[in-house]
Amino acid sequence: MEYIIIIISAIFVNNIVLSKFLGICPFIGVSAKIETAIGMSGAVLFVMTIATLVTYLIQNYILIPFGIVYMQTITFILVIASLVQLVEIILKKVSPTLYQALGIFLPLITTNCAVLGVAIMAGQQDLNLMESIVFAIANSIGFGLALILFAGLREHLELADVPTPMRGVPIAFVVAGLLAMAFMGFAGIV
Amino acid sequence: MSKKESNLKNMFIALLVITFIASASLGGIYELTKEPIAAAKLEKKNSAIRQVIPEFDNSPTDDIYKKAVNGDTLYFYPGTKGGEPVGTAVETFSNLGFSGEIKIMVGFLPDGTINDVAVLEHAETPGLGDKMERKKSDWSLQFQGKNPESFRLSVKKDGGDVDAITASTISSRAFCDAVERAYEAFRSINQNK
Amino acid sequence: MNQLKNFTKGFIKENPVFALFLGLCPTLGVTTTAINGMGMGLATTFVLLMSNVVVSLIKNFIPDKVRIPSFIVIIASFVTIVELIMQAYLPALFEALGLFIPLIVVNCIVLGRAEAFASKNTLLSSAIDGLGMGLGFTFALTLLGSVREILGSGSIFGLKFIGGEGILIFILSPGAFIALGYLIVIVNKLSKKGA
Repeated sequence: MEYIIIIISAIFVNNIVLSKFLGICPFIGVSAKIETAIGMSGAVLFVMTIATLVTYLIQNYILIPFGIVYMQTITFILVIASLVQLVEIILKKVSPTLYQALGIFLPLITTNCAVLGVAIMAGQQDLNLMESIVFAIANSIGFGLALILFAGLREHLELADVPTPMRGVPIAFVVAGLLAMAFMGFAGIV
Repeated sequence: MSKKESNLKNMFIALLVITFIASASLGGIYELTKEPIAAAKLEKKNSAIRQVIPEFDNSPTDDIYKKAVNGDTLYFYPGTKGGEPVGTAVETFSNLGFSGEIKIMVGFLPDGTINDVAVLEHAETPGLGDKMERKKSDWSLQFQGKNPESFRLSVKKDGGDVDAITASTISSRAFCDAVERAYEAFRSINQNK
Repeated sequence: MNQLKNFTKGFIKENPVFALFLGLCPTLGVTTTAINGMGMGLATTFVLLMSNVVVSLIKNFIPDKVRIPSFIVIIASFVTIVELIMQAYLPALFEALGLFIPLIVVNCIVLGRAEAFASKNTLLSSAIDGLGMGLGFTFALTLLGSVREILGSGSIFGLKFIGGEGILIFILSPGAFIALGYLIVIVNKLSKKGA
């Protein structure tokens, strides 16, 4: 598979949030402000890429050779959880500025199903190492794009006169639906 | 019992015991479900084979052979009745799908006519591309009784004879690609005979 | 605590989906039909119940600092058990739910209940809490699945009751978001009136 197809399909056509429904919790939770959305996207990009790399190696050099693929879920989630901790510690030491920007989002990522989802999907689609990494980066960009766009919309929404029972989360879902509809327009380009 | 303190020894022992029990019980469940899972997979394959080729009295999954065409390996399940070949089910695939690989089973009569097709695995969009499944729509019926000798296996948009699923040209194209691949392989085997 | 209240709180008042907004990924992802929603809900209920039971049984054995990793291991084990059993006995449902089965692991409800409830309460209350929350989740998923199936394909639990095509958009991703948005409004409105 060509990289360019992987990238376009992951960002636009099969957008991880809007068409695959992964990472909805942060999508609704931290999208009230553009700034926090950008921070979250950066943290996801970071963790997702490393996590996919590490789980790829574990899948192909430990789980498959030993015939214990059924342990996939449990090993992957432990890898991601410890990776998040590790990234947090390293970032604190190496780059305090980056840590300040991303720090508060890191613990939330362990339970972001997008990270585990991408790691499992990369395995299911038989991607090689390079393709898996490209896949992870493209998906996190897709996540960021959806999140930041949505945050922009929600900032405007605060000024709108929404009927009382619709305020907050319900109207956010309806807006997300419209955004997903817009993304469906990309379906023809692959 | 009082709460255990968070010293290194206690943490180490707790994690060790938990992971040990977890992996032991998973291993046990895995051994228990191994056979039912294999049986479920085989049954799925068998029911697809029964659907796509006429009645047979052998066991096609035991007579399986494989054939590499253009670098792809396809699996053949020959069906016979009273020793006479009645048709061959070919397990084929396409990577052109909208989201990931599509696996289908295509049944050919000995003269190369498509008897029927069945979808084994796909990840196409629910409501659109998944109409290729028989239980979702009758779309795939159009392949029945067609001989790819005269029936062009591509969607009408691309100059073929296949009606694409509405709003799912990509999935339909991938489906044709898989059937075409099966036919190529089937033909190359029969020519060699 | 009143055990009946403990059991029923998951349905409306503290419904994981409608009131707490937890576990939204599978909520949106698998509810193209009522039966898928129900299957997912029951699988999650099993994991929720079992992990709540185990966590409350061994809560004194686990030192505080390694609490979360231990919970994750316990939850992941039950998820894998569900995965294997479904693959063996319900292969069709397993395929329909696909990726979302392993993702039960990161469903915030499961870890959330283990951390917030089971690690502090007795075995019985934890079991009831897990069961109630799980069934509340199942209820939400089945409801959303039914709405989307009725509107999107004109059928319910696979039984077609009107001819022709439904409103396709409700089966597709935008419909999932929009249907859930309006369901939350309706449920919130009703629950406020009731209280």
